[in-house]
Amino acid sequence: MTDPTPLAEVRNVSITFPGVKALDDVSFRLLPGEVHALMGENGAGKSTLIKALTGVYRIDSGAILVGGAQQHFTSTASAQAAGISTVYQEVNLCTNLSIGENVMLGHEVRGWAGINWRRTHAEARRVLGGMGLGHLDPRAPLSSISIALQQLVAISRAMVTESKVLILDEPTSSLDAQEVATLFDVIRRLRDSGVAILFVSHFLDQIYAISDRITVLRNGQFVGEYLTTELDRTQLISKMIGKDLESLRALGSNRQVAERDRTAVPVMSADNIGRKGALAPTDIDIHRGEVVGFAGLLGSGRTELARLLFGADRADTGTVRVDGKKVVIASPRAGLAKGIAYATENRRDDGIIGDLSIRENIMLAVQAQRGWLKRVPAREVDRLVATYMERFSVRPNDPDRPIRLLSGGNQQKVLLGRWLATEPELLLLDEPTRGIDVGTKADIQETVAELAEGGMSVVFISSELEEVVRLSERIVILKDREKVGEVVNGPDVTAESIVSIIAGTSEGESA
Amino acid sequence: MSYLKSLVRTPWFWGAVGIVLLLALNTFKDPNYLAIGVNPTTGLLSGNILDILRVSAPIIMIALGMTFVIATSGIDLSVGSVMAVGGAVAMETLSTLNAPASPGAMFAAIALAVLLGAVLGAVNGFLVAVIGLQPFISTLVMMLAGRGIARVITGGQNTNATNAPFRELANGQVLGLPLSFVLAIVIVVLIALVMRRTALGLMIESIGINPQASRMAGIRPRPILITVYTLSAALAAIGGLFTVSEVMTVDVSGTGYQMELDAILAVVIGGTSLAGGKFSILGSTIGALLIATLNKTVIFLGVSSAATPAFKAIVIIVLVLLQSERIREMLLGRRSRRDMTIPPVTNPATRTEEAVA
Repeated sequence: MTDPTPLAEVRNVSITFPGVKALDDVSFRLLPGEVHALMGENGAGKSTLIKALTGVYRIDSGAILVGGAQQHFTSTASAQAAGISTVYQEVNLCTNLSIGENVMLGHEVRGWAGINWRRTHAEARRVLGGMGLGHLDPRAPLSSISIALQQLVAISRAMVTESKVLILDEPTSSLDAQEVATLFDVIRRLRDSGVAILFVSHFLDQIYAISDRITVLRNGQFVGEYLTTELDRTQLISKMIGKDLESLRALGSNRQVAERDRTAVPVMSADNIGRKGALAPTDIDIHRGEVVGFAGLLGSGRTELARLLFGADRADTGTVRVDGKKVVIASPRAGLAKGIAYATENRRDDGIIGDLSIRENIMLAVQAQRGWLKRVPAREVDRLVATYMERFSVRPNDPDRPIRLLSGGNQQKVLLGRWLATEPELLLLDEPTRGIDVGTKADIQETVAELAEGGMSVVFISSELEEVVRLSERIVILKDREKVGEVVNGPDVTAESIVSIIAGTSEGESA
Repeated sequence: MSYLKSLVRTPWFWGAVGIVLLLALNTFKDPNYLAIGVNPTTGLLSGNILDILRVSAPIIMIALGMTFVIATSGIDLSVGSVMAVGGAVAMETLSTLNAPASPGAMFAAIALAVLLGAVLGAVNGFLVAVIGLQPFISTLVMMLAGRGIARVITGGQNTNATNAPFRELANGQVLGLPLSFVLAIVIVVLIALVMRRTALGLMIESIGINPQASRMAGIRPRPILITVYTLSAALAAIGGLFTVSEVMTVDVSGTGYQMELDAILAVVIGGTSLAGGKFSILGSTIGALLIATLNKTVIFLGVSSAATPAFKAIVIIVLVLLQSERIREMLLGRRSRRDMTIPPVTNPATRTEEAVA
């Protein structure tokens, strides 16, 4: 079969940063009417390639072609002018403007007296309608719709320019299953109209659901381009990490579920804990050395429950006991004092302190526990930092580097180090493996198992039900901000059985 | 070469260059500008450099306090007014005690001024940290209220007083240097030690960079914010003491007038971002010295008073432009790899590191 002319093509491109070869002779092409997935671990060069294609970075050698003609992008604007639009992981929209204003920003319809808002909004409605979003009111504020819809608005915005090439960088990382389905509808619609779509996601299921072709990068090098139908998951993952996956598989199948005495005093026990608008009153016990999974869709209340247990939000009903003693946990500081640590799902806003170094980020919680007067001695800091940087093999191995310069996976490792350094009795992990590469994922899963064996109690929250089932001894199931069930893990518990519990308690709506 | 490179990237480098250039300009106009003489009647040293150091002392004080406030991503517009309050308290105390030679009266004046300054700062801190008002508004209110308080203290007069030990603050010398400057440097060093030997500095930066994540890491922002605003106002009161001791009169409408702007400029020239985060105490001190040099240069060169603000503005804008990495790269014709459009979230560790003092 002969392939049509690519709409966009990257030919033998190299980009070097001081000390790093970020892209080394990489080629990549986007054919009209296809969804092309770009795969690779963190640091493989995906972001760099996208930034070369969108004019953020300039290339050292090679060529970028759009519609067969060579391009020399000097800015993101020149890439957009060539017809390449991008929607980034974090929605880049103005929440205080209306939906229509966001869609048409920079492309407002002008009349004789400046912008003609009526026609601008009519045009916005037309574009939204073309995306199957006709039900949205262009005059409503953007903040009135969900993150998922905002993502779709961002894509509509890209379509205003009639782009032939659309780059979606992790568009699904904050969406739930329903929303992903809506997004995929839109993507398919665009694909069928001839748009070439570059799709980046860490969710393998989504890659297989939507993509026609896969290009794999590793360490800045081109590994290969494959038709999705000709590459199974195991092959894909081993190409991404450059080794076979026996270690990853072994973890799941061999984990022994210990017979647990659930009559002992729990490490943490919450009665009727709840918060208006966040979580209906819920009971939960967590025992020593136990891994408890919180399963549920995004927005089901799993994060809200963890935040209440930690003290990030204040519960307005219920009582909490730690080691049998009644306590009030009204702030993260109070949670830490009771031996509870919470690794957030929102690393950027609630986790990292961007300009501080890896070292300072690791020791921050320990320092906060001791108060500002008692500085943690330099020797102890060095020991803690060395311990956790080694344990998680944080890259780059330079504790003085600001954490914002690290990749997402490495930031996550540093944050895990921060919480483990406080030696918690109960560790709440909220989506610890989201947006990070397969290798790090396996590291983190292994760490969870080790910690529990060492006597720490762990709450594990993840959108990937397989992961929850594989790691947890007991699974608490939440839906619509309410606990709807609890199962002790066993041979007959699978991701499917969890889904059916979630589905069974709703009014005919399934995940 | 690489040492020179990292020096150029140091935030306070261009401030220091600015000081040298201004002094060179003055020396060009008058070759004796840098000369230091001995006053035959008092036996003290005198000279333009010593003048600059003396007038820099109050600016160093308010710039120091402003550094920490700005590092928490706040701002303190009240420092100029608090200087007037500090000066008013001191002059009123000294004229009431009427003990022209008593060191005790001096200590009482200093203690009361710093105490009242700290109280006003604590009010700022309370409004910002507990009530949750914007720092701009809280301290703007205090800027207006401060002048009023100063007037109430002196009964609307420009009180003057006689007290020899207090007068020495600005007019005395230690090892040939103005006493107020030496005291200012001692205070800077002490506070720098407190900031870096305890975790206070780290927590201030942490709150300034990401308040939400800092809270999640267990840091309590309130006591730290209150501390920072209290410190800023206490230092401003000390700055007020240095200012009034020069002439032994408080000018309730003139003392510290618009000095908050000098303090903010000194901090910015010193390399602390107005967005908060990493701060540089050395940078702010050099920034304050630059402002003092600039103020004296304007007078020395005989720039007409109408043109003075414009002259100052030009010098400062040039400095700030030189500090910007983007402008430097443009001037040096180097291409920029910096990602200007997207927040650095998922970017691998490929960007060049910024030098942080």
